Amino acid sequence: MAKKVAFLQGNEAAAQGALYAGCNFFAGYPITPSTEVAEVMSAELPKVGGKFIQMEDEIGAMAAIIGGALAGSKTLTSTSGPGLSLKQELIGYACIAEIPCVIYNVMRGGPSTGMPTGPSQSDVMCAKWGTHGDHPAICLVPASVQETYEEVIRAFNLSEKYRTPVMVMPDEIVAHMRERIVFPEPGEVAVIERTVPTVQPEQYKPYDTSFGDVPPLAAFGSGYKFHVTGLNKMQDGFPTTKAAIVQAEEERQVRKVDGNVDDIVKYEEYLLDDAEIVVVAFGSTSRSARFAVNEARKQGIKAGLFRLITFWPFPEKQLLALSKKVKAFITPEMNLGMATGVVKGVVEGNAPVHGIFRVDGEPINPGQILDKMKEVK
Amino acid sequence: MEKKLPTIEIIEKYCKGCHICVEFCPTKVLEMQGFVASVKNLEACIKCMQCELRCPDFAIKVTA
Amino acid sequence: MAFDYEKYIRPGKLPHIWCPGCGHGIVMKGLIRAIDTVGLKKENTAIVSGIGCASRLPGYMDCCTLHTAHGRAAAFATGVKMAKPEMDVILVGGDGDGTAIGGNHFIHACRRNIDMTYIILNNKIYGMTGGQFSPATPTGAKASTTPYGNPDAAFDIAKLAIGAGATFVARGTAFHANQIDKLIAEAIQHKGFSVVEILDDCPTTYGRRNKFKSVIEMMNHLKEIAVPVKAAEKMSPEQLQGKVLTGVLYKEERPEYTDEYAKVIERAKGAK
Repeated sequence: MAKKVAFLQGNEAAAQGALYAGCNFFAGYPITPSTEVAEVMSAELPKVGGKFIQMEDEIGAMAAIIGGALAGSKTLTSTSGPGLSLKQELIGYACIAEIPCVIYNVMRGGPSTGMPTGPSQSDVMCAKWGTHGDHPAICLVPASVQETYEEVIRAFNLSEKYRTPVMVMPDEIVAHMRERIVFPEPGEVAVIERTVPTVQPEQYKPYDTSFGDVPPLAAFGSGYKFHVTGLNKMQDGFPTTKAAIVQAEEERQVRKVDGNVDDIVKYEEYLLDDAEIVVVAFGSTSRSARFAVNEARKQGIKAGLFRLITFWPFPEKQLLALSKKVKAFITPEMNLGMATGVVKGVVEGNAPVHGIFRVDGEPINPGQILDKMKEVK
Repeated sequence: MEKKLPTIEIIEKYCKGCHICVEFCPTKVLEMQGFVASVKNLEACIKCMQCELRCPDFAIKVTA
Repeated sequence: MAFDYEKYIRPGKLPHIWCPGCGHGIVMKGLIRAIDTVGLKKENTAIVSGIGCASRLPGYMDCCTLHTAHGRAAAFATGVKMAKPEMDVILVGGDGDGTAIGGNHFIHACRRNIDMTYIILNNKIYGMTGGQFSPATPTGAKASTTPYGNPDAAFDIAKLAIGAGATFVARGTAFHANQIDKLIAEAIQHKGFSVVEILDDCPTTYGRRNKFKSVIEMMNHLKEIAVPVKAAEKMSPEQLQGKVLTGVLYKEERPEYTDEYAKVIERAKGAK
């Protein structure tokens, strides 16, 4: 049987991906350029008995998806720049309380209100450093409509598997462009459910590390009574300031992600085998980069593309290895050097890193990247 | 007939010495002993339960 | 017969953190008696709070308890209730948490009329941070950040709740201890968003700055200012000067949010 095919916008695909992953709760607040996700969810969720709520503000939406997740739902919110800034308080809460949920953030011009309809890639640092304190961070950066669909499913899976919030961050171009999308059959893509406790309610501890770094999470209303707080806590969920426990718990929370980098990091290598000049790019910029690489090859330049699909955790190991073989990196991005700085740190001076930065609301075009290749070759 | 006296249990480790039970007892059954409440005159107790009801610290249990 | 509060308190959690003479413990006891009266199941009851002294209350309760971020209790609780409408949801918090940083979530929970009970322990001050003025601090009062007297006007929290659309609004005081459980029980049984404001004392950070010589004086002050709504009907505006109405202040029947959303699900399924 032929697979179901559609012509969809990135944001619409994100909503469809969430539904495939079993999302049954959405809370949001209107914001350009991500509102289509809320619109689709408001129409589709009740059809399958799911819940949609438009909250009074961005913070409220983030709070509601944490509450919903704690009551056993798979939850999603969508937002953009200023909304992401507002949500940071409770993204930190979800990290420390270890509540799975997915935040879909469309990157637009910033800071502040910036350019609501202009594309940008300047929220990637906010995904890791936006909320205060040390915490795990997973951020996925799709480059197509199909990939947005797939990465939203993966975001739910990672969130449930590691009991932590996960961000999906397309830039505005990916979120608003329309492309052909092929839907997987039900069951074709694995959908991960969170591990729930098997112990008796009296024995249950919400942060019981005897089950490993990712303790089982019970749902409120499932017979288990337990306490959840944003304070540093012990295994039973109650606050503590005992130095050894706080240190161990913080390290465990970060280790959930940093200790599973190979499972979480996803990237694409394009024409890298003999590449001398490697473009490191993500989102819509990676599409220009691929075009530029193809053009460069026609002109005899040994160019390749390393495309980030997971931005956090960053594919440090892969880029470090690559840096020992190549002449130069080019890092085009719609910000003033966020990924560039990370790449520079990772490659330890093995190869020069040349950034191409745009924050004028215009995409980086292949010609700019090709010119840079010629300049540095 | 001999009057059956209630039991007033004061959990000293919960008591924070706020005086509320002493002040609002209508028959002056309780007093402060240092920083904690204590029973001074059990015979006067009319089992109104005001002390148990008002104690903010879950420190008083009256059993009639 | 002594009431068995321990049935609802997590073992080993007492004594609580509240200061000597703080009325929060009196309110907690009222809440426990109300839960017992109504017959709520502990494992099916979510108690949600924000940040502050009052917000530590859920940690003592042997239920599903959620100590959230400052001001956010109503929004977290909305998520819990939407996901599991069959759960009983109770919010607890202070005046600053609920009406300053949490003011937006508060009024919108009132407007939605989502079936939860919100107990606001109003001690007119930010206690945990050392006594800064809150939106409930009276004009002229002293706080650590109003050393020359408070220039701000105070919210009437119950009126705010009524104006925002809460369908059950009551007020009690920490002095009127035997009324607290009755107000909360009625609030829990009411279908819709219920607000119970309990006027409370903070001897540590409010009393000592505002010429209250003792806990007892603060408690007696609550006794003096409180006027039951029925009694107030027979009083003149002059007699009501400086008084605060207590009891059930407002009650109406209006469609409840999760019920309405259940209808949305039916309509959506029909439209498929």
